Amino acid sequence: MATATTPNVRLASLPPATGRAGLGGAIASEFTKLRSVRSTYWTLGSLFIVSVGLSVAICAGTAANMVNNPGNKAGFDATQHSLLAFFFLGELIISVIGAMVITSEYSTGMIRTALTAQPRRGVVYAAKAITLTTVTLVISVITSFIAFFAGQEMLSGKGVAASLFHTVKIPANAMVNCVGGSGGQIADGKGPGPGPCGGHLTVTFSGTDMITVSNVLTAIIGCAVFVTLVALIAFGVGAIIRHTAGAITTVIALVFVIPIVENALPSNWHNDIMRFLPDAANQVVSVTVAANGPTNLWSAWPQLGVTAIWAAVLVGIGAYLFRKRDA
Amino acid sequence: MIEVRGLTKRYGDKIAVDDLTFGIEPGKVTGFLGPNGAGKTTTMRCILGLDYPDKGAVTVDGKVYPDLAYPMREVGALLDAKAVHGGRSAYNHLLCLAQTNNLPRRRVGEVLELVGLTEVARKRSKGFSLGMSQRLGIAATMLGDPRVLMFDEPVNGLDPEGIHWIRNLMKALAAEGRTVFVSSHLMSEMEYTADHLIVIGRGKLIADCSMSEFISRSSGASVRVRTPMADELIKAVTARGAVAATADEDAIEVRGMTAAEVGDIAFEQAIRLHELATVRASLEEAFMELTASSVEYRAEEQVPGATIGSGV
Repeated sequence: MATATTPNVRLASLPPATGRAGLGGAIASEFTKLRSVRSTYWTLGSLFIVSVGLSVAICAGTAANMVNNPGNKAGFDATQHSLLAFFFLGELIISVIGAMVITSEYSTGMIRTALTAQPRRGVVYAAKAITLTTVTLVISVITSFIAFFAGQEMLSGKGVAASLFHTVKIPANAMVNCVGGSGGQIADGKGPGPGPCGGHLTVTFSGTDMITVSNVLTAIIGCAVFVTLVALIAFGVGAIIRHTAGAITTVIALVFVIPIVENALPSNWHNDIMRFLPDAANQVVSVTVAANGPTNLWSAWPQLGVTAIWAAVLVGIGAYLFRKRDA
Repeated sequence: MIEVRGLTKRYGDKIAVDDLTFGIEPGKVTGFLGPNGAGKTTTMRCILGLDYPDKGAVTVDGKVYPDLAYPMREVGALLDAKAVHGGRSAYNHLLCLAQTNNLPRRRVGEVLELVGLTEVARKRSKGFSLGMSQRLGIAATMLGDPRVLMFDEPVNGLDPEGIHWIRNLMKALAAEGRTVFVSSHLMSEMEYTADHLIVIGRGKLIADCSMSEFISRSSGASVRVRTPMADELIKAVTARGAVAATADEDAIEVRGMTAAEVGDIAFEQAIRLHELATVRASLEEAFMELTASSVEYRAEEQVPGATIGSGV
């Protein structure tokens, strides 16, 4: 720490100003803010590690299981399994960063300093949203691709791994037969049926399911878009609530708890309501085996559109309040 | 030039600033005085567009603050030194502010040098002492080389070295022809720096005048005398045209006479004195007097003797 000398306030003169402080500077500033705090690295790092790590774990576990239960191969959606952790846990992790982009400024008081430097609040808010979207989308797309490839690597040689480069045919409709014993039991579906089988089990499949390249690409990109939209939902909620814990709790309620509660409703209501929830998209975007798709939801992109509308409305309300309220 | 016209701000039912009008002249240190809770910070927040006034308007060079092309080039404001993200380094904190106003990156190093924080530039500001945070805040205000500087209670909580540094800085800034608007609840702080004073209490304007005018408004000097023969002395000095009154137990206060004159009279009359002192009405007292009716959170009882030398 320097000693208290009489300050010399002579500073080098600044280049003359032209134009006015606008979005470009605000975006540069927001990017500096994001890259200069540890929470960004913790959050994005854990998003990557959890998504890729669990993809490897889930797919490796499934692959090992298929040795004993080959019936599990029928209609097995390898894409969805590799992306499961990414969209399911990723949405929670990303909501932390989405909310904190704005709530951390309120909790530290930085918002007052920031709005004194750039008092045009619409510019500040837009810069935050743009920076968050860009960074989240880039990281999410990278994570999504790597989670996919890592997962498929674990499933290779099982005849079920999806590919981004060619259409894959996977077995469908497993028939499990008991050979050479009494009390033969036949079960369709995913594994050996109940009951004793004196001999050994054989599995035969009838027909195939297809995993197309375009479905795989939709799943990978769609999951990344979904996670990015959840980050924006968290950002909007953060702008409304202005409190980190409160915002994250609200987002978890929105994407995690409400769907569980909603599941308890009578199924005819349940089916009508579900497609309007922000997290419904993750049940369809990750599906690449057409036969497995939920029947009560729209297809991937319209369902992502629902999530996008949630994000737009919440970010919009946040924008209104951000401009209207005292800082 | 900052102009505040009819500024009114409420928080719920509570009125924080009530129809406040004043102007801040360029090239001076203007002290903004008032007891705690008088509305100083609220006024500053309204000037900066952080809070929206319920009534009235504030302009900086004829424009509302959010309309300034490059706000940091016009006004440098430090309201709260701790209003930074503690996880960010001093350098990055200043950089993210500079970027909003398209200021060159090299500027960050220059202002860090100015406030003496170059060595800790890469350290996270979480670990900074209040004095260091204050310097970081001042560095931020200087990024845009602004003509107007605003500081809210800049010496609060600082050690003597820090206080000294800030006072010198404010003087140096004003000497360069910059406008400095600085708030304090301590009148004594203004004695060192301010040319002009704006005094508020309970959100209302109490005084808007030069420092010298403010001092002359106060009731002037008195002489404090402690004597076991108070009645005799009061009689003697009033006979010579002075005004005297019992101040506390065995002390009296004499006005309209110097300490030397009081001493001479006492000697002539063989009145024993235990104490003889000139009590100059300080700015502090003038301030107390002016704001007496407008202190928001006043202690229930007056401390005995607290009114000594306070005129009237």
